[in-house]
Amino acid sequence: MLKILKYSFYDLMRSRWSYVYFAFYLLLGVVLLFLNNDLSKAVITLMNVIIVLVPLIGTIFGVMYYYNSKEFTELLLAQPIKRSSIFLGQYLGVALSLSMSLILGLGLPFIFYGLFKSTAIWDFSLLLITGTFLTLIFTALAFNIALSNENKIKGFGYAILMWLFLGIIYDGIFLMSLIIFEDYPLDKLSLIGTMLNPIDLSRTLILLKLDISALLGYTGAVFKQFFGTSFGLIISFVMLVLWVVFPLLRILYKAKRKDF
Amino acid sequence: MKKIVLFLAVILMAYSSYAQKIEVCNTCPISTLKKAIAVAKDYDTIFVNKGTYKEHSIIVDKPLTIIGKNYPVIDGEKKGEIITVTSDYVTVDGLFIINVGTSYTADYAAIRIKRSKHFTVRNLVLEKLFFGIYLERSSYGKIYHNKIVGDAVQEYNSGNGIQLWYSNNIVIEHNYIEHVRDGIYLEFSDNCLIKNNVSEQNIRYGLHFMFSNDDEYRDNTFGNNGAGVAVMFSKKIKMYNNIFRENWGTASYGLLLKEINDADIVGNTFEENTIGINIEGSNRIVYKNNNFTNNGWAVKVRGACYTNSFLENNFLYNSFDISYNSNVNDNVFNKNYWSNYTGYDLDKDGIGDVPYRPVKLFSYIVNRTPETIILLRSLFIDIIDFSEKVSPVFTPDNLLDNNPLMKKNVW
Repeated sequence: MLKILKYSFYDLMRSRWSYVYFAFYLLLGVVLLFLNNDLSKAVITLMNVIIVLVPLIGTIFGVMYYYNSKEFTELLLAQPIKRSSIFLGQYLGVALSLSMSLILGLGLPFIFYGLFKSTAIWDFSLLLITGTFLTLIFTALAFNIALSNENKIKGFGYAILMWLFLGIIYDGIFLMSLIIFEDYPLDKLSLIGTMLNPIDLSRTLILLKLDISALLGYTGAVFKQFFGTSFGLIISFVMLVLWVVFPLLRILYKAKRKDF
Repeated sequence: MKKIVLFLAVILMAYSSYAQKIEVCNTCPISTLKKAIAVAKDYDTIFVNKGTYKEHSIIVDKPLTIIGKNYPVIDGEKKGEIITVTSDYVTVDGLFIINVGTSYTADYAAIRIKRSKHFTVRNLVLEKLFFGIYLERSSYGKIYHNKIVGDAVQEYNSGNGIQLWYSNNIVIEHNYIEHVRDGIYLEFSDNCLIKNNVSEQNIRYGLHFMFSNDDEYRDNTFGNNGAGVAVMFSKKIKMYNNIFRENWGTASYGLLLKEINDADIVGNTFEENTIGINIEGSNRIVYKNNNFTNNGWAVKVRGACYTNSFLENNFLYNSFDISYNSNVNDNVFNKNYWSNYTGYDLDKDGIGDVPYRPVKLFSYIVNRTPETIILLRSLFIDIIDFSEKVSPVFTPDNLLDNNPLMKKNVW
């Protein structure tokens, strides 16, 4: 598995896309800091970007890589290698190279700007951690979609639709249902609703750091326990890990049974 | 000869009117403060030396100066009130007073000033108290450099740090108050000045006004209280250069205004409060040059507010700038800096060319269904906020800052 991981990783490093991705984040970081002159404000803007763009790029990259390296995968399958290690290796190669571009691309400008002397360092590291998680999750979801769809166009379509759904439509439905059922106690429902969407989950995680004063304005005991203590932080992280583990398990399950 | 007689006469007079010094210590002939007060004449000075004095119900009924050397401990053993001042011109200085009795029928205080004038209370340290310093129908006094540390847990069985009741023209300066019910409480007290105090971690309010008019508080710090400052049913209160921070919780405000008229709120800083200012039924108030930074809601207007003006404030990175659940009435927003402003300034006069709408659709939704707060900063919310900004349907369309500044206000 490690050998395949290494191969995928170097393959991606050699390709232009990793550099484009890296350069994009580098530029974003530099421009944000240049325009804002304020680390903590830049962190807020960055949060919006990470929550929208990282899943999108992870999804598209994952699907693209799978379809592109399909012939090579078929070649590997002819060799005496375990299927799980082939697909896991490929997945980790993509996810890790994307995460690296993200961390380096955003980290470098912030470090040059004096992140280590700033109080925003925890907010910023949390941002990078959630960004990495989102990359892992959405690449895994993309691999799932690609494995289930032989047709490239269909695969891409589903991938984009998934991003659109989790990024925007889900929140719309969520908001509507909260308003429709406003006569009922909703605090548990709203927390569960957040847990079921990785994008919402990472947003909540960052909100816990940035907007805690507003979140504590609501008078629900469940909310208060969730946001007021480290309970919320722990649960959110556990859920993020689960969101990585389950799609991965499905990749392995699918790959084992798939007829190539 | 005549001169000498006159000289002697003057000396004699000076000697007889000269204040006596009385020393109190554990091994002296006068070993208690009560005894010292009993033997003292008017305008004498009592020095209390270091030691522990187990006394309570000490009544100071003569104009005396009581000075503690190296903080002698006056231990009330939880038996009731410790010092009660009933005379004018009394100074109490440098005592460490502990263990005030708790009662549900009498407001026992570490030191109570009753119907007196021109008193000074300074350099006291009060611990394990019910009420700290209690002024009752007293005026023209000074309270400064005191440290009051309570251990209040519940509102119903705790007292206030400094309480004024029908007391006018009092100066309260440089006190440090924590863990009591209300840090400083003014009831029916006019023309008081409250300056440079720190009031933190109190159960209810850092500073509380009730039916008190023409008071001023400036340069104070209020942090981590149930609510920073509550001003209720009062007129003409001046609030200058105070810091309100980290008042967190479901009913926590930096500043709570209820039925307030003609107040000035200038140069204050509101930082990381759940609600910066909560306004209810308040008229003719000027908010000028305040900084609202990282609050949940910078300003929450609850209704029945007329002729308030928000001028030249900075609204920086608040989750919500303004929340409004009534009509705009004749309240004015002008020349504020809003960090969320996205307009442009083509004529370069420092004022944005597009008016700013401080009330977002989402803040309207959160008012209606509080649980939706969990969707804060979601992309979907940004989209509906944007569409609402373009054509307001739910939010009051005349709630505008017509001259939003492009750069932070500096003063």
